[in-house]
Amino acid sequence: MNVVTPFEGIGARVKRKEDLRFLSGRGQYTDDINRPGQTYAFILRSPHAHARIAGIDTSRAAAMPGVVGVFTSADLAGIGGLPCGWQIHNKDGTPMAEPKHPVLAEGKVRHVGDPVAVVVAETRAQARDAAEAITVDYEVLPAVASMAAALAPGAPLVHEGVPGNICYDWHIGDAAAVEAAFARAAHRVTFETTNNRLVPNAMEPRCAVGEYDAATGEHTLYTTSQNPHVIRLLMGAFVLNIPEAKLRVVAPDVGGGFGSKIYHYAEEAIVTWAAARLGRPVKWTADRTEAFMSDAHGRDHVTRAELALDAEGRFLALKVSTRANMGAYLSTFAPCVPTYLYATLLAGVYTTPAIYAEVKAVFTNTVPVDAYRGAGRPEATFLLERLVDVAARQCGFDRVELRRKNFIRPEQFPYQTPVALQYDSGNYHATLDQALAAADWAGFEARRAEAKARGRLRGIGPSTYIEACGIAPSAVVGSLGARAGLYEVGTIRVHPTGSVTVLTGAHSHGQGHETTFAQLVADKLGVPIAKVEVVHGDTAKVPFGMGTYGSRSLAVGGSAMDRAMDKIIAKGKKIAAHLMEASVEDIEFERGIFRVAGTDKAKSLAEISLAAYVPHNYPIEELEPGLEETAFYDPKNFTYPGGCHVAEVEIEPETGRVHLVNFTAVDDVGRVINPMIVEGQVQGGVAQGVGQALLEGCVYDEEGQLLSGSMLDYAMPRADDLAPVSVATHTTLCTHNPLGVKGCGEVGAIGAPPAVINAVVDALRDWGVTHIEMPATPQKIWSIIQGRTR
Amino acid sequence: MYDFAYHKPATLADAVKLLAADPDAKAISGGHTLIPALKLRLNRPSALVDLSGIAEMKGIRREGDALVIGALARHVEVAENAEVKAAIPALAYLAAHIGDVQVRNRGTIGGSLANNDPAADYPAAVLGLGATLHTSKRKIAADDFFLGMFTTALEPDEILVAVSFPIPERAGYAKMKNPASRYVMAGAFVSKGPMGVRVAINGAGPCVFRQAAMEAALAANWSPEAVAAIKQDPEGLNSDIHGSAEYRAHLVTVMAKRAVAAAG
Repeated sequence: MNVVTPFEGIGARVKRKEDLRFLSGRGQYTDDINRPGQTYAFILRSPHAHARIAGIDTSRAAAMPGVVGVFTSADLAGIGGLPCGWQIHNKDGTPMAEPKHPVLAEGKVRHVGDPVAVVVAETRAQARDAAEAITVDYEVLPAVASMAAALAPGAPLVHEGVPGNICYDWHIGDAAAVEAAFARAAHRVTFETTNNRLVPNAMEPRCAVGEYDAATGEHTLYTTSQNPHVIRLLMGAFVLNIPEAKLRVVAPDVGGGFGSKIYHYAEEAIVTWAAARLGRPVKWTADRTEAFMSDAHGRDHVTRAELALDAEGRFLALKVSTRANMGAYLSTFAPCVPTYLYATLLAGVYTTPAIYAEVKAVFTNTVPVDAYRGAGRPEATFLLERLVDVAARQCGFDRVELRRKNFIRPEQFPYQTPVALQYDSGNYHATLDQALAAADWAGFEARRAEAKARGRLRGIGPSTYIEACGIAPSAVVGSLGARAGLYEVGTIRVHPTGSVTVLTGAHSHGQGHETTFAQLVADKLGVPIAKVEVVHGDTAKVPFGMGTYGSRSLAVGGSAMDRAMDKIIAKGKKIAAHLMEASVEDIEFERGIFRVAGTDKAKSLAEISLAAYVPHNYPIEELEPGLEETAFYDPKNFTYPGGCHVAEVEIEPETGRVHLVNFTAVDDVGRVINPMIVEGQVQGGVAQGVGQALLEGCVYDEEGQLLSGSMLDYAMPRADDLAPVSVATHTTLCTHNPLGVKGCGEVGAIGAPPAVINAVVDALRDWGVTHIEMPATPQKIWSIIQGRTR
Repeated sequence: MYDFAYHKPATLADAVKLLAADPDAKAISGGHTLIPALKLRLNRPSALVDLSGIAEMKGIRREGDALVIGALARHVEVAENAEVKAAIPALAYLAAHIGDVQVRNRGTIGGSLANNDPAADYPAAVLGLGATLHTSKRKIAADDFFLGMFTTALEPDEILVAVSFPIPERAGYAKMKNPASRYVMAGAFVSKGPMGVRVAINGAGPCVFRQAAMEAALAANWSPEAVAAIKQDPEGLNSDIHGSAEYRAHLVTVMAKRAVAAAG
C-alpha cells in the first residue's frame, strides 16, 4: 500500500527535488544539447539604432572556411513576421498600429542589435569570422532613443506607417467622475515619475537548436522558453507555416526567465528554418553582449499622476497619464503590459472610487520592451505607493494611517474596483500590522537617532501592494485583446504500480515545480513525492500548455492538475466499487486509500491502478482500462496576492551610497504549498526589486547606442547589496480556484521598489527631498543633496 | 577570439626574446583583462607569451627596509601574505578588495600595473608608497612609471619583474566602487614614511596621480581633517553614467579622508 507521508503534502517544507540535478551540474540546458551534424549560427546585428540598408554583400562571407550558409531577409521570402499576441484598441476604437516585425531586417534597422544576417558554419568561431566579412551598406538615419524624442514634433519615424511613433493611445476609467471628484477635493497631489528601463539578465543566455528530419518532415526546436507550446503555435502558424503535428518544441532546463523567455524571438525561427534549408541541425547561443541588445527589456514608463483627497484624507479620485516605451517592434505581449497589467491595478489596495488612466505606447529606436517580472504591476505599485507617501507628506497625514484609512476592508470582498478588476479576497490591515510589527516600525526613530550619531541617515519605507496574477480567464482576456486563451493543462498518469507522472503545460525555470507539483499529488493522491515525476517543457510529451509567467503555474496549472486528480479519483472509485463489491456512492477516498464507507474494506491507489492496467477483474463494459486523466483549467478570475513590504536603509551623506539594512515582507499569496519555495521566490523577487530601486538602469545615448550594454555598466544586485530579507505570510484563500492559491513569483519585484524608495526619501526628509527616481544611485543622491541644507 | 600562437617561456630572457621578435605578440599573466578582451574580439595579438612559468618573477620577500613582490604574485597571495600584512597592512587590504574571489585567485600585481587601467587598485599603492618597479631592463620609480590611460613607461619588449615597496610608518587605502563593475570610481592611497607623505588618487582620472595639495596638508598635520577641506579640481577627471567629474572630484576628498583615517 502507498502510505501517505503527511510531511510531503500541502504546507510541507520539502527540499527541492530538482536541486540535486542542478547543484551537481547535471541539469540539461539548451546549450547542453548537441545534435549529430550540428552547425552553428552567428547573427550579424545592427550597430546603428536607425539606418537604411542600401545593400548587403555576403559573397566574401559565403566563401570563408567552414561556412555552410549565409542568409538575409532576401532569403526569407514567404516567411511571416514575428506576431504580436495582444491587440489594444485606441480611445476611438481603432486598433493599435502593428508594424511588421521581420525575422531579419527588411530594408531598415530599427535598434542596435536588430538582426541583419545570419551565418551558419561548422563551428561558432567560423560563423563569427565569416560574419565579420559581411559588408552592410548602412545609410544612418536620425534615431529616436527616448519617448521624449519620439514624441517631439517632426520626429523621425521608426516605422513609416506609424505617424507620431504612437502605437496606441488607450484609456480606461471614468474621466467625468474623476474631474467631478477633483473639483470638490480638499487636497490635490501631483506626482511625476519615470519607471526605469531594465535588462532582465537571466543567468542562462538564450539559446536555440533547430533540427529537421527530411524523412518524416518533422521539425524540432530546442529553445530557452518559458512556454514551448506558445512558441510552437506562434512560430508554426504565423512565421514558418509548419503544422503543429510536424513541429516539436522542447524547452528543457531553463536557467531563469523573469519574462524575457516568454516571447517568440527571431533566433528561434532562424534556426528552425535554416535547419530545414541546410538539412543539418543549427545551434545559436547568445553571449551576454547579445542578450543585452536582443532580450526584451522591461518597464520604461513615464507617468504623471494626480490624487484627489478629502479633508480627512480619503482618496476621492486618481488621474494617471502614462507613456510606455514599446521599443522598435512589438514583442509578443508588449501591448498588454502598460494597459491591462498596469492601469487595471491603479486602485491598488485602496477604495479610490473614481480612476481614469490614459496610456500612450510609443515606438523608439531601442530594444523591444515586454513583460519583466511583475509586468505592469510593479509600475502601478511604484506609482501608487510613492504617491501615497508624497500625499501624506504634502497634506500632513501619517503615511501608515493614510493607507489604513483608505484600505479596502476585509468585509468588502469581493471588491469591484473602478478599473475592471474584482478582487476576491485579502486582508490588507492584517498584512500591514504584521509587517509593521515584524519590522519594529515603532522603534524606528530610536534607530534613526542612533544612525545619526554614526553619521548615517536612516529611513524606513512601507509599500502596501496588490497584484493580479494567475493569468487568466480566457474569455476576459479575449475581450481585452488577447489572441490566445490563458487556461492551463494538466495530465495525471497513474502507472500500473501506483507511481505517477504529471504532465503540465506550465514550465519551470527556477520555480521548483518538480517539487511543488509533486506535493499536490502527494497531498491528494497519497503518493510519496519520490514516486511522482513532473514532466514539462516538451510539446511532444505534454498535451498542451500556455506556459509560465504572471505567477500562473500553481493557480492555473496546479488547478488543472487538481481537476485531473479529481477525475482519477472518480474513475478509481468506480474500479474500487467493482473490486470491493460496493456501490460507487459508498466509496470514500482519502490520500491514497479507497474505502467502503463504514467498513474496514479498503484498496490502495496502487491496487486500483494495477487493476486498471491488468483488467482481469474489471468493469470493462462500463469503464476503459488505464488510469490517466487530463484537465484543461480556465480560471474564473485573476488571483490577487497582496501584502506589505517594509524597507529600512542607511545613507552615507558624503558619498550618497544607500545601504539596505533591513527588509521585511509579509505577503498574502493564498494557500502555501511549500513555505521554503515561497520564501525563496519572495527573496529573489525582492532582490530584483531592490535592483530596480537602487542599481539597475538601462541607458541609451541620444543616438540610440546602448551605454549600459554589459555588466561593466549595468548594475545587477549582488549579495552585499542586499540585507537579510525577512519573509512571512498571512493567508486569505483565493475563493475561485480549487487550491485556494494566489501566486508568489512576482510579489517581491512588485512590492519592494516603492518600499525602498520610500525609505530613501524618508532618510532624506530633513533635507527637503520629496522624490528620488530609480535607480537611486550614489551619484544621484549626492547630486540631489548638494547645496541643500538641513 | 581570433587565433593566436601560444608560448610559455621558462625564463625571463626567453620571454623578452619572444616579445622582441614579434611586435604583435602580447605578454599574458593572470589574463583577467586580456582574456575578456580577446573573447570580445577587441584585441588581435599574433601570439601570447605566457609569463606564468618564469620563476624569477615569483615570490614575496622582505629585503631590508623594503617589501619586494614578484610581478606574478596573485592578489590573493598579497592579501594573505604574513610579511605584507605585517609590513604594509594597507597593501594587503587593497589586494583583498580587488574584484571578487575568482579575480583575486588569478589576477597578478604585475598584470594590473603593466595594464594601468585607470580604475585599477594597485597603481594607487605603487604611487602612494613611492615604490620602485624592477623590469627586465631597469629600475623605474613609481613617479615615472604611470604615463596615462593604459600607458606605462614599459617598452614593448620590457617585462615588469618585481615591485619594491619601501615600508611606510603608516598607510591607508579607501575607494568608492562603481556600482556596476565594482572597479574603482575614486580611490586614495595615502602614506607617510621614507618617501615622505604621499597621496595617490586612482579611479577618478585617466591615470593614477598624486594630489599635491593633500600631501602638503598632511605633511603639516596628519589627520583626516587636514584633507577634508581640500577640494579636487574636476577638470580632466573621468565622467560616465555612474559618476560625473564633479562627483568624482568630491569623492577624491572623501576617500582621502577615509584613507587617512584608516591609516591611523
